Amino acid sequence: MANEKTTENRHLNRFYYTVDHAVEKPFNWQQMWRLLTYLKPYSKTYLPGAFIAMMISTAVRLIVPILIGKVAFDIIIANEDTTMLTYMVIGIGLLYLLSYIGNAFRIKWVNILGQNVIYDLRQHLFSHIQRLSHRFFDTRSGGSIIVRIMNDTNSLQELFTNGIINLLMDVVTLTGIIVILLVLSPKLALAIMVILPIMFYISTKLRRNIRRSWQDVRIQQSRLNSHLNESIQGIRITQSFSQEKANSDYFDGVNTDNFKSWRVATKKSAMFGPFVEMSNALGTIILITYGAYLILLGEANGGIAIGTFVSFGFYVGMFWEPISRLGQMYNQLLMAMSASERIFEFLDEKPNVVDKIDGADLPDMRGEIEFDRVQFSYDADRTALHEISLKIHEGETIALVGHTGSGKSTIANLISRFYDPTHGAVKIDGHDLRDVRLQSLRKQISVVLQDTFIFSGNIMENIRFGRPDATDEEVMQAARVVGADDFIRRLANGYETEVEERGNILSAGERQLLSFARALLADPKIIILDEATASIDTETEMKIQKALQQLLKGRTAIIIAHRLSTIRESDNIFVLENGKILENGSHDKLMKLQGEYFELVKSQFQMLDAM
Amino acid sequence: MGTFKKLKQFYWPYRKYLFTSIFFLFFVVAITVVYPIVLQLTIDEVVLQERYSLIPYIAIGFFLIMLLKAIASFFHQYMGDLFGITAVYRLREALYEKLQVLSFKYYDNARTGDLMSRKTTDVEGFRNFISFGISDLIEITLLIVFSLGVMFYYSMPLALITMAAMPFLAIVVYKFDKRVHPAFRGIRKSFGRLNTRVQENISGMNTVKSLSKEDFEVGRFSDSNDNYRQNYLLTSSIWAKYFPVMEFIGNICVVLLLAYGGFLVINDDLSLGALVAFFSLVWYIMGPLMNLGFVINMFSQAKASGERLLEVLEANEDVKENEDAIDAAISGHVTFKDVTLTYIDNDDKALKNITFDAPPGSVIGLSGATGSGKTSITQLIPRFYEAEKGAVLVDGRPVSDYKLKTLRKHIGFVLQESFLFSTTIRENIRYGNPELSEEAIIDAAKRAQAHDFIMEMPMGYDTMLGERGMGLSGGQKQRIAIARAICINPSILVLDDATSAVDMETEFKIQRALKEVMKGRTTFIIAHRISSLKHADEILVLEEGEIVERGTHDELVQHNGPYERIYNIQYQDREQIMDTAT
Repeated sequence: MANEKTTENRHLNRFYYTVDHAVEKPFNWQQMWRLLTYLKPYSKTYLPGAFIAMMISTAVRLIVPILIGKVAFDIIIANEDTTMLTYMVIGIGLLYLLSYIGNAFRIKWVNILGQNVIYDLRQHLFSHIQRLSHRFFDTRSGGSIIVRIMNDTNSLQELFTNGIINLLMDVVTLTGIIVILLVLSPKLALAIMVILPIMFYISTKLRRNIRRSWQDVRIQQSRLNSHLNESIQGIRITQSFSQEKANSDYFDGVNTDNFKSWRVATKKSAMFGPFVEMSNALGTIILITYGAYLILLGEANGGIAIGTFVSFGFYVGMFWEPISRLGQMYNQLLMAMSASERIFEFLDEKPNVVDKIDGADLPDMRGEIEFDRVQFSYDADRTALHEISLKIHEGETIALVGHTGSGKSTIANLISRFYDPTHGAVKIDGHDLRDVRLQSLRKQISVVLQDTFIFSGNIMENIRFGRPDATDEEVMQAARVVGADDFIRRLANGYETEVEERGNILSAGERQLLSFARALLADPKIIILDEATASIDTETEMKIQKALQQLLKGRTAIIIAHRLSTIRESDNIFVLENGKILENGSHDKLMKLQGEYFELVKSQFQMLDAM
Repeated sequence: MGTFKKLKQFYWPYRKYLFTSIFFLFFVVAITVVYPIVLQLTIDEVVLQERYSLIPYIAIGFFLIMLLKAIASFFHQYMGDLFGITAVYRLREALYEKLQVLSFKYYDNARTGDLMSRKTTDVEGFRNFISFGISDLIEITLLIVFSLGVMFYYSMPLALITMAAMPFLAIVVYKFDKRVHPAFRGIRKSFGRLNTRVQENISGMNTVKSLSKEDFEVGRFSDSNDNYRQNYLLTSSIWAKYFPVMEFIGNICVVLLLAYGGFLVINDDLSLGALVAFFSLVWYIMGPLMNLGFVINMFSQAKASGERLLEVLEANEDVKENEDAIDAAISGHVTFKDVTLTYIDNDDKALKNITFDAPPGSVIGLSGATGSGKTSITQLIPRFYEAEKGAVLVDGRPVSDYKLKTLRKHIGFVLQESFLFSTTIRENIRYGNPELSEEAIIDAAKRAQAHDFIMEMPMGYDTMLGERGMGLSGGQKQRIAIARAICINPSILVLDDATSAVDMETEFKIQRALKEVMKGRTTFIIAHRISSLKHADEILVLEEGEIVERGTHDELVQHNGPYERIYNIQYQDREQIMDTAT
């Protein structure tokens, strides 16, 4: 099949979209058990409640056919007893009322149960992911994480809402029907039960086969959607390079593949119904032929009464529903296996950076940082930092200078303890960072990155992100200090203006000012600027410089940049190469030294003259 | 019905599928109603009359009829589906082609998420209706009419009792649908919000972690998570309220049938078999009635979806090719004469009276703050937008004289945001020229200073990019985008802030390489760094859409204008700095 496709559409090699293929996993008791533990908080409330409600309506469903068939037809109508008929009708009416109440509560409670479990599971997963370290996020695309929090948990929703209760209900119904039939007439019951294996076969094997074809459709469809999404985002490139036709050909290939797999799947699906009908019909034929024979035989000779025949008619019609649902349930469990496996994989992920059990809160810090022979590697074969020792005094501004990959950002990441050093120790005010609680450390450090992330919401909320309990006045004060107040007031709704990540309302410089205000509001003792001004045009940068001075006042600051203007004023400049410190000192001192720093500065100017 | 009429071209050619499907539907419904009749015949004619000999005939007849039904329902469903998916196939194709030709102007105001939902949810909504909706409506009507017919034939009073229950059921169904659909929308919306919340959290994880706001985020998440739960529970409470009522009404109807029917049987006004048949028939009426709301809702959704699809299909293509457009070689002479551009009517002009001349071989630098119009100038050359006034000429001809493909084939564009596709690095580099040889690809990559880092990757040029592929840094992406532009061997090259994320040394190397490639052709460079613009033959300095200064670097640094100001900021104390070293 796969080969056929590739030869058919050569142009399908143009783009590649990976889709999750494993939609089903073999059943695993241990995993199932772990999933079921999420039911525990409700094991004394909604779970038994829903179960009882379910039992009530199931019991009514099972009893009524006997009443109508056996009692109504054989006793009342045969005996022409109208008073009994009245009692009978009232009785059934009351039973139905009971079933009505049972149903109402069952629907209500299973949903509360299911939703609470999914809520708990999702909350657990999300909180856990928040605690995971940078290393976790480095190795995964954002999309794959979102899919687990949103879709994988949602695919368990049906299992926890209706699945478990329905499973019980169907088993009870099915056993109930079989027992009742056997009691009413063992001969007819056994004859009719011939259709059970057929129904089970249809409900599991055939349905599975159909479901696989639908999986195929979904895989094709997700490829189609991935391409659509990309083609919209990349439309400007496509038009610039006049690739509209080539892309249309690609799309036509994907679309045709999708159409074909879809046609196969609908064809199979369309057979499902008729098969079910035929097996039902088989049951009816057995009922009519053999049942009629038994009636004629007469009750006295081991035959049955008309009422029994009627009851059988009702019950035969009731066979399919539970069997069908059990088959679905089986498929649902297999899907739940794969979804829960993916969820548990994340839940079992341990944060690389964890609080010690006896970790203490870091007291209000002064902001003195020390690296004591720190070695660090992201992966085994690549050392990012070699035996770095350095000291940053309270209130000092230092700069880290060097090419991409020289280890500047790594040093910054170690200060925030996004990673732990492989050897050596990072200390703040003399405390080894591994001994203090993460939360207490990071609360006192702010990092300003090159690309400021804007959350959807208004400007006020975005700044307040630095310290959620800040008052409006404090937020505005912070904005004023960094010089963001002016442009914010010029916006249509001032601080109430709604912004979003990809929106065009804010320029790069304005976003950066917001992140400064955010950092200022957090009022950290240590501030790290990681290429914070790289994507800003020159004039804006000049404006930001002033804001920066305000921000750094009275704090220990670590600046990573390759622009000279940002670096020059630092108290101490560290020049890094391949994870080692080559030289350090003030700008003047390093220029006099005529070493690597001098060369770097010189080359910046030479670039200007060279062309 | 206007919407469906306009979309006719997509489904009407396949009407034979629909008609076949409906043709078979008649058999399906007719036979469904036969089932209770068989029951009645068995009881009344065979059992009560003790006519054994009829049993085999009834059994065989029943079997044949059910076989016929099975076959009919297969064709009914398959043909209905086929009608839907064929139409959707055409519709998707048309939408895709439309999206390919819509202009930049359209995309400026469109959001990917919105377009995506039109192309997925709305297409699906439309398909659902034409695949199932139409035949469901017919089926419901037929089933009710046939069943009532049989009922009236058997017993007028009993049929009337069943009919009496219908208005009650209809009212409940109506109320239920009125409440449940908004509630469903609430779930979807709430799920969307939850999704956005998670998406933002994951994309902004660096910011969250650097400000140590994990707990705050967990709090915000649990609000959205709870909101989703509440919305869901609201919907299920509507189910819990109405659904048992519907079932109860049906059940009460059965009880009434039993009471009155039993009475009639006792009085010999009704046959026993007919009463049994009634128990089945009553559900053939109740069941479809309960579904009616969903079908009607499907129809109104399909209508809304169709409208949204038409909005895309009928969107105005701003940039159209002239009928007599020519296909000629382009050497790259770009001239702007008094060009004015407005993006949105009544909005400020993005460009005002821009005039310049760029002969082949020249390098034009564009400088100015964000939003000053630098990008707008370059985007008029390949006709991504149309000038409002004035003339944009390439080789002395208005750009509208050329075929779009011809024009764009000769213009290499490196856009600000270097978008790369989900495929290998190789395919990305030769995106504009899929037949390009391996040597040419490597050569382009080398010139763009991309070859070295590509070779350092485990899969080299076969490395996958895109959402699930290898993550590249901004500078690396830009370099691949530059290689991609070089590959089409352009006569005009536009570098729109193309090296902002590349360090100065690498940028210098790239510029030197480009200088060689672009010998005798025209280059436009948009940049903030003076070092990127310095060697241009003419630098245009823009402010709010106007050229406020023009000249070479050497002229402009003496000009006492914005250019000199920027120059001073970037290089102010150059001498002083270098002096301290000696």
